[in-house]
Amino acid sequence: MNKQTIGQKLRAYRRRPGSLILMLLVMLSAVATFAVLLFLIAYILIKGLPHLTPDLFALKYTSENASLMPALLNTIGMTALSLVIAVPLGIFAAIFLVEYAKRGNKFVEIIRLTTETLSGIPSIVYGLFGLLFFVTTLGWGYSLLAGAFTLAIMILPLIIRTTEEALKSVPDSFREGSFGLGAGKLRTVFCVVLPSAVPGILAGVILAVGRIVGETAALIYTAGTVPAVPKSVMGSGRTLAVHMYNLSSEGLYMDQAYATAVVLLVLVVGINCLSGYIAKKITKGNGNGEN
Amino acid sequence: MKAWKEKFMQGVFFIAACTSVLAVALICVFLFANGIPAMKEIGFMEFLTGERWKPTNEIFGILPMIMGSIYVTAGAIILGVPIGILTSVFMAKYCPKKIYPVLKGATELLAGIPSVVYGFFGLVVLVPLIRDICQKFHWGGNGSSILTASILLGMMILPTIIGVTESAIRSVPAHYYEGALALGATHERSIFSVVLPAAKSGVVAGIVLGIGRAIGETMAVIMVAGNQARMPAGIVRGVRTLTANIVLEMGYAAGLHREALIATAVVLFVFILLINLSVSLLNRRAQHE
Repeated sequence: MNKQTIGQKLRAYRRRPGSLILMLLVMLSAVATFAVLLFLIAYILIKGLPHLTPDLFALKYTSENASLMPALLNTIGMTALSLVIAVPLGIFAAIFLVEYAKRGNKFVEIIRLTTETLSGIPSIVYGLFGLLFFVTTLGWGYSLLAGAFTLAIMILPLIIRTTEEALKSVPDSFREGSFGLGAGKLRTVFCVVLPSAVPGILAGVILAVGRIVGETAALIYTAGTVPAVPKSVMGSGRTLAVHMYNLSSEGLYMDQAYATAVVLLVLVVGINCLSGYIAKKITKGNGNGEN
Repeated sequence: MKAWKEKFMQGVFFIAACTSVLAVALICVFLFANGIPAMKEIGFMEFLTGERWKPTNEIFGILPMIMGSIYVTAGAIILGVPIGILTSVFMAKYCPKKIYPVLKGATELLAGIPSVVYGFFGLVVLVPLIRDICQKFHWGGNGSSILTASILLGMMILPTIIGVTESAIRSVPAHYYEGALALGATHERSIFSVVLPAAKSGVVAGIVLGIGRAIGETMAVIMVAGNQARMPAGIVRGVRTLTANIVLEMGYAAGLHREALIATAVVLFVFILLINLSVSLLNRRAQHE
């Protein structure tokens, strides 16, 4: 493109006020979008950081300290449980779709359609389904397990999609080479294709962790809102996001709510950065200059 | 032995792939089996067009909540779509290469912030702000309102709209833009009269996805919308959305009340299915073009 000096640009804009207005609108919108994000993060950090006291990380929740530690531990447990359920299922499903399914198969179409549908369902509908199916029909009661299964269904489409992308980006020459050396299909998938797709899958899993950490509506009526670490996975316990909702809707612990928001925000920002970092590594590693 | 193992694992992969089909089937069955009988008992028309929701008197009309969801979503679209599309134009056509990764990361972060945190932000910043403004102009209302929820949801749908629109703009062949420039159009004119119209299907798909996100949003809306179960009375008055209705009352509901709440979720689910359907139709059209 030919370079214009700023003066030339200004003169061009003076001749065409319509373009100038559009340009200003575009700039204004972009500034507004990023200013909102900055303001939100700065506001919560400034209001919340002074309230991050050691009290808040006490092992036991009492009505005095409104500790977030049990909720934090529950969040970690819930994330682990949901991943244990959803990740193998999601990866296997993606392997079927990419490596085994024949093109134009009617059944594959149905699987894709349902996966798309799942990714559009709002979390409260998942929560209600979890309540009807896991909590009531299967009789698990409000429990970490019911919450984890509900969340597992929720993140399944995300994991299937990212794994599919990762598997598709493995060059066919890898597979052909493996077949050429006499490996079977299964061996090719597990020893050649899957290892080279790991970074992509990992980026997807980390995104899923972000969704689990931030989820509230799907958990209130499946995992319940008990502010303690349950003895087993069949016990009820609130995660950090649910804790945050309870604090702010009770309105009694606003300072602690700010501090909890800081912890939640830091977690999510950290998870996002990690996912972005891994995704960047992949594009560099492939070396084919995409983006 | 080996062939047996291959067949077995293929079966395992196939079953894993069926999980999503099974999940959708189960969700449909459980929602409809619990919701439809309640709708029949209340009466379809009374349920969908009844203007009063008084569970204690066994009056179940969800029109206020349907209107609430529609108003709040419409508000979010009015505020979020123009800003979202203009920002995506900035990202695709104005942004200097050096700061692009930072801004891209920022939009992803905007998508990653949990809805409770948005809700909390709305509760402590937007609600008092709107309350003060309303008091100054004597509009009444206590700050929790359609307007507040619309502003907050407008913020929340930005990343969805920016992401989809930006990739739609980028997928328009470069020679469209270059051709317009060569004919003497300005940078802006080329973008807004040539590139954006060519990316139309993608942009519309982004808007529809944003609608889906706004209708389905629960926690953030509960914290700022006021949640009064009556017909919306003005944009600075409170409303209750379909999603809020479920969360607020499911904790203590029993009998027909509980089933009416599940029926509320059925209505919401049908809305979402229609939106999903139009998104996939739009995507298909975008691929054909």
